[in-house]
Amino acid sequence: MKILVPVKRVVDTNVKIRVKADGTGVDLANVKMSMNPFDEIAVEEALRLKEAGKATEVVVVSIGSDKSAETLRTGLAMGADRAILVKTDAATVEPLAVAKLLQGRRSTRKSRAWSSSASRRSTTIRNQTGQMLAALLGWPQATFASKVVLGDGQVDVTREVDGGLETLRLQLPAIVTTDLRLNEPRYASLPNIMKAKKKPLDETTPETLGVDASPRLTVLKTVEPTGRTAGVKLGSVDELVAKLKQAGVL
Amino acid sequence: MATLILAEHDDAHLNEATAKALTAALALGQPVDILVAGHQAKAAADAAAQLSGVRAVLLADGESLANRRAEPLADLIVSLADKYDAIVVPATSTGKNVAPRVAALLDVMQVSEISKVVAPDTFERPIYAGNAIETVQSRDKKLVITVRIAAFPAAALGGSAPVETIAAPDDKGLSSFVGADLSVSDRPELASAKVIVSGGRALGSAEKFQEVIAPLADQLKAAIGASRAAVDAGYAPNDWQVGQTGKVVAPDLYIAIGISGAIQHLAGMKDSKVIVAINKDGDAPIFQVADYGLVDDLFEVVPALTKALAN
Ligand SMILES: Cc1cc2nc3c(=O)[nH]c(=O)nc-3n(C[C@@H](O)[C@H](O)[C@H](O)COP(=O)(O)OP(=O)(O)OC[C@H]3O[C@@H](n4cnc5c(N)ncnc54)[C@H](O)[C@@H]3O)c2cc1C
Ligand SMILES: Nc1ncnc2c1ncn2[C@@H]1O[C@H](COP(=O)(O)O)[C@@H](O)[C@H]1O
Repeated sequence: MKILVPVKRVVDTNVKIRVKADGTGVDLANVKMSMNPFDEIAVEEALRLKEAGKATEVVVVSIGSDKSAETLRTGLAMGADRAILVKTDAATVEPLAVAKLLQGRRSTRKSRAWSSSASRRSTTIRNQTGQMLAALLGWPQATFASKVVLGDGQVDVTREVDGGLETLRLQLPAIVTTDLRLNEPRYASLPNIMKAKKKPLDETTPETLGVDASPRLTVLKTVEPTGRTAGVKLGSVDELVAKLKQAGVL
Repeated sequence: MATLILAEHDDAHLNEATAKALTAALALGQPVDILVAGHQAKAAADAAAQLSGVRAVLLADGESLANRRAEPLADLIVSLADKYDAIVVPATSTGKNVAPRVAALLDVMQVSEISKVVAPDTFERPIYAGNAIETVQSRDKKLVITVRIAAFPAAALGGSAPVETIAAPDDKGLSSFVGADLSVSDRPELASAKVIVSGGRALGSAEKFQEVIAPLADQLKAAIGASRAAVDAGYAPNDWQVGQTGKVVAPDLYIAIGISGAIQHLAGMKDSKVIVAINKDGDAPIFQVADYGLVDDLFEVVPALTKALAN
């Protein structure tokens, strides 16, 4: 069984982004970029299945510029077997286009078994790609996975939902998208980082895959939210109670 | 044409997220129908019919729709889509699960988590954990929108829309429901509570969390929330989590106790009307968004606050 893990290069979660003063977007010049943490978790889960003898190959794929190759190398250094870069210099590749590109890859269609673990939620609130890919392939899906148990021809996935937890059984092949509580991803060791440089990294393009990746949404402007300002620090509980009464919230 | 809302409900009860999505849907300026998809969900459909401004409620009732699995639910919505030019889904865990599946089947790009309707094809939405607000315009022929429910007021009651029964889809057997472990509580629901008391890693254990947070929440008739660190450490269940990967809330009063105020937590609560922070580190970032702060040990201050409120 093969596992395909899409990995995305995103603004590092520790970076506080800045909105450009002219309203044209977010300033990404010289900002630290990393593999989306949900994708790291998806890679980790795939590697654990391989190490348990339940998967034969873990393939990481990224859609983006040459820089996304670094993200793929990170996945290879963690232990993925090979990588595919769908190269595009487009500033925006929307989730629908990403899903189509993933669907367009021959090996996705051929992979007899599960699973693309795509990730959940982004710096850009998308959380759509996995579900979209599942729809295009006609596969079942389980989002927000916090536990994955692989069986014979099926996978049981425990999901974090608004009311608590629920467990679904999916027929393979399937799409599983990760929650942060699924596992603790490993760090790549130095020898593995060296080895990753020799692992295969193939390149293709949206054109080769026959996918029109042009955006459907137009961003008209991007502004800073109307911020909150720091309030007052109070000296005692009684003062707090008085303030809350004044504010009309008690 | 018209707008279709996917109702958020548990068959027996209609969730307030539906009324909030209705406010967003009405802003599109078209007649609005509500789809109630479930199993033995007549009660939820009847409740939806009472929302003001609804043209009709469509009730699809059948076993394939029990537990609202994405595959049959998306098939159902897609089968209705011809008659609508917008499909509006509350951004709950069910909505976020199914809406992109619908969008892909319709070949449209979803507009996610809108916080404002600017024009029928133009919307505002927060991005980068709420650190930027983006205005986007869709060029698709049909709209699939998810609605950030904390950003919209609930539509009023007072309607009496007809309830029309429609067929439930066949189950293709791609997935099945194994079971659920859902929280039961007498407290208000986190997503719609007027007051929320939230605890962080500082609480130190599930026992202390209960011992310190619960009495204050009882006193205020509040919902209980938690930081991701508190949930990861097992002090609180996952459905209490507030933040970018938890629930986005906007109560009248939010009390953050032993929570540092990481950007991902703020993303879930910084639109609250009044924020109170209790933290022994006066430099904690939570104070940058708090209206009122107490720089003190929570184990002393919180019981004292609970007591002061009881008097
Ligand atoms: C402690 C901690 C807490 C956090 N809390 C939150 C939080 O509360 N909320 C939150 O949103 N984030 C949180 N984050 C992380 C967040 O900042 C991630 O960057 C984000 O979730 C990225 O999602 P996405 O773009 O993949 O979204 P989606 O739209 O869900 O896309 C999903 C996936 O599709 C695939 N994909 C998309 N584009 C490409 C491409 N070009 N190439 C290959 N594959 C692609 C990838 O798998 C991609 O990630 C947290 C991080 C940490 C460390
Ligand atoms: N006993 C305490 N009372 C008040 N604040 C505390 C206490 N212990 C730790 N904290 C704060 O709680 C925060 C922990 O944040 P977090 O880990 O994000 O939940 C930190 O800002 C600490 O300074």
